Amino acid sequence: MRARVLVRPKAGILDPQGQAVERALPALGFSGVANVHIGRLIELDVEDPGQLPRMCEQLLANPLIEEYEIVEDTSR
Amino acid sequence: MKFGVVRFPGSCDELDALAAARRVGEAVLLWHAERDLQGVDAVIIPGGFSYGDYLRAGAIARFAPVMEAVAEFARDGGLVLGICNGFQVLCEARLLPGALLPNTSLRFVFRQVELEVADADTPFTCACPPDRRLSIPVKHTTGRYFSPEPVRVVLRYAPGHNPNGSQDDIAGVCNEAGNVFGLMPHPEHAVDPLTGSTDGLSIFASIAQGHVRQHVLA
Repeated sequence: MRARVLVRPKAGILDPQGQAVERALPALGFSGVANVHIGRLIELDVEDPGQLPRMCEQLLANPLIEEYEIVEDTSR
Repeated sequence: MKFGVVRFPGSCDELDALAAARRVGEAVLLWHAERDLQGVDAVIIPGGFSYGDYLRAGAIARFAPVMEAVAEFARDGGLVLGICNGFQVLCEARLLPGALLPNTSLRFVFRQVELEVADADTPFTCACPPDRRLSIPVKHTTGRYFSPEPVRVVLRYAPGHNPNGSQDDIAGVCNEAGNVFGLMPHPEHAVDPLTGSTDGLSIFASIAQGHVRQHVLA
């Protein structure tokens, strides 16, 4: 399976990167943008997708500060 | 008293840590791929960019063979000091609580900071000056300490000196047992009058004094 793991800062944890982008967009004339958050995208081929949650807990994300979402990539 | 300073690919402060430790005892380098700690009495995980800081700072170094030995050493009560990237490695390895996040400024900070010793009853701070103030440099981009759980705070940035937005001005914490200590400031860069402050020496002197009390006078 081709998988995508989306890693985001946990809700409530200050995300200065998201804030910086949120402030930058109006400067370019884009309005009505809120709640910008910046995370990481990890793409991988796995034989056993059942292992993905443990991979996330142990390495791909730091569960203290990040949450993760596993998405199957069906585009190919 | 023999210190072991771990060298990962990407470490860059291991020689300063080695030189600082040698002011109070013997010190050897420990290569990341080796499991043998060479009978050292204390381990230092130095600053730098272990394994390029890939994924998250400290996330890959945690799996180095030497870290298995360090984790066992810590479980047996051995003294482990993590400086900057070493602090990040110890948090990722769960030898210390919490995590280090990017500075709120999103900028690399490099300056002298004033610290307050919040806990002088640890093997790493017992020889700190009576006024409990230390002047030590910081240099990092990912130093904003965060922990969802209460922690044993050892060092705090003095009011107005927090360079990274850390929770409760935390600069350094230890584990509950008190034998594993991590801090963002660099005591190994403040051991010679040439660099403006020798306050960092008190961290290394604390470790050496504690060792003497425990093993020589006992």
